[in-house]
Amino acid sequence: MDPVKKVEGKAYPWGAKNIDTDIIIPAHWLKTISREGLGKGAFESIRAQPGNIFDDPDYAGSPILIAGDNFGCGSSREHAAWALADMGIKAVIAPSYSDIFSGNAFKNGIVAVVLPQDAIDRLIEVAKTDEVTVDLETMTITTPFQDRFAFDMDPFRRNCLMQGLDEVGLTLARDTAISKYESAVDLDRPWLKREGGNEGVVVA
Amino acid sequence: MMTSQPLTLYEKIWNAHVVERGEDGTCLIYIDRHLVHEVTSPQAFESLRANGRRVRRPDLTLAVPDHNLPTTARTDGAGNRLPIADPESAQQLATLERNVAEFGIDYFGATSPEQGIVHVVGPEQGFTLPGSTLVCGDSHTSAHGALGALAFGIGTSEVEHVLATQTLMLKQSKTMEIRVDGTLGYGVSAKDVVLAIIGKTGAAGGTGYVVEYTGEVIRSLSVEGRLTVSNMSIEGGARAGLIAPDETTFAYLKGRPMAPKGAQWEQALAWWRTLPTDAGACHDKVVTLQGSDISPSLTWGTSPEDVVPITGTVPNPESFADPAKRVAAQRSLEYMGLTPGMRMQDIAVENIFIGSCTNSRIEDLRAAAAVVNGRRVADGVRQALIVPGSGLVKRQAEAEGLDRIFTQAGFEWREPGCSMCLAMNPDKVPPGERCASTSNRNFVGRQGPGARTHLVSPAMAAAAAVTGRLTDVRDLMGAR
Ligand code: SF4
Repeated sequence: MDPVKKVEGKAYPWGAKNIDTDIIIPAHWLKTISREGLGKGAFESIRAQPGNIFDDPDYAGSPILIAGDNFGCGSSREHAAWALADMGIKAVIAPSYSDIFSGNAFKNGIVAVVLPQDAIDRLIEVAKTDEVTVDLETMTITTPFQDRFAFDMDPFRRNCLMQGLDEVGLTLARDTAISKYESAVDLDRPWLKREGGNEGVVVA
Repeated sequence: MMTSQPLTLYEKIWNAHVVERGEDGTCLIYIDRHLVHEVTSPQAFESLRANGRRVRRPDLTLAVPDHNLPTTARTDGAGNRLPIADPESAQQLATLERNVAEFGIDYFGATSPEQGIVHVVGPEQGFTLPGSTLVCGDSHTSAHGALGALAFGIGTSEVEHVLATQTLMLKQSKTMEIRVDGTLGYGVSAKDVVLAIIGKTGAAGGTGYVVEYTGEVIRSLSVEGRLTVSNMSIEGGARAGLIAPDETTFAYLKGRPMAPKGAQWEQALAWWRTLPTDAGACHDKVVTLQGSDISPSLTWGTSPEDVVPITGTVPNPESFADPAKRVAAQRSLEYMGLTPGMRMQDIAVENIFIGSCTNSRIEDLRAAAAVVNGRRVADGVRQALIVPGSGLVKRQAEAEGLDRIFTQAGFEWREPGCSMCLAMNPDKVPPGERCASTSNRNFVGRQGPGARTHLVSPAMAAAAAVTGRLTDVRDLMGAR
């Protein structure tokens, strides 16, 4: 994953609430076996409407999306994050997210920032004409008009984003602790081990 | 697990699964059970392959295709496997088959008698166990919480993480107790209970929480009914919804193919009995409902929180205090083709779907069959599907003669899978048409572009099928 320290540029001044993952990427796009190319299907039902924000030449291609409460609710499909990434979105700003979506966003290098509704309202106003900057170093969102909104972020997530770390690799390095836990469970709760399971196959 | 401090069920399961605790409270949590399906796993296996990684515990992993698989016949008369017409679906299935073979994962394939929807198969096989942690790349994994498992949906990167390490990096959640006291009225089912809960808490009410369902109404539900309730936890925003294991749970699990046996069963049982929330343990939030206040219910809009009793009317968007909700309701009504004040029971439906991981178990089919028996699907209904949740449910229903009740009434009797719950296999609701559906999501386009969904219980879906409109099932029960 590429490290992300700052996202600056135009933002879609959207603000819509309860945007579910079926809206972000409809189910019929989920038949792919790859992570690429899903931007074409992003917000399909919204883009079917004339004059929609995503095809508005003023905003098309913006790296930032400003959304409303409960963004990304619904299914666990990571395709929602892949679709946003594929359409060039690098940061989302909203008052709240579904838990699964915000996790998926981070794992794909998308900065999901939480700000209160009044800050969102202000940013939507600004984004209609001007650019917005999301800075992970200073943990702030700024505008050309001296607006400065501080945000919080899980330190682990922030670190992974800023250094572009691979979480699987990080955890594999803790193999000894995992093996130790497994041995203890084999004694305490032996029924959890399934009999007749297959041996793992190493794949080169 | 003896502690002096009273703990919740969630805390007990959490504590038993901490591999390492980080300074900031993030924990490395061990995952006991991992269910895999064709849609959210290909990219995870691909990454493992690209990085030369293996599956750490294939024995704790079980794969089954469900989302994409057509629900029409899978073999010809001679037992040969029939091809899947849609090339992308066929490719996704072939990819899963290649991955499970390569990585050595147990698999119930498309023509296996055990194949079904992951969330039906897990409990049915005894793969899901009380006090375990269980994940799947699917948000309705919350269903497994009905057996007292800490179960939640994960994204594909996390699927990869679990395959490679059998762990996840997590922060402990807050907990919310949702207590349903008293008893349920005549004709009221588990589905109505969970719809009433979401109607009360809202679609985001549970965000950030793990829910524990308690109270007499929940206790008196069968495991199948409990699965319906926990299944829809995610529709209320909660990633997981737990129900404490009890004698009902143990009786359900005993003898299931993958459940512990003999001395291990006894040992497991002893531990499971220590799991329920201790007296005096605190939840961060408590919500209570009265069972007697719950009616057969359904949704009118495009969010699962848009719930009304069947005796109710389509609400006026102006009646909502929140301005954003007013706008959303207005848009929902336009999409749904409804006008404020209409009686719900006057709304005609063209499609009926009885299935999905919410309501496709044997009890659900029995409840629907009881209403359908001796009646016919109404003329205006163009499509009426019954899709059992697994091959085992299907065979059980056939042994009880339920399939004949349905087919004689004019329903289609299908092979197990997700079917019309989401529009990614051939089963879809045509644009602009309306569906009484036992599934869990009424989102815009969920059952097909332009499809209009009303979420209902199996008995209510059956009632709508035979009358051709949304109907109070109590009017049909016992009245013949
Ligand atoms: S039945 Fe529906 S909700 Fe359940 S797993 Fe399948 S698609 Fe998801």
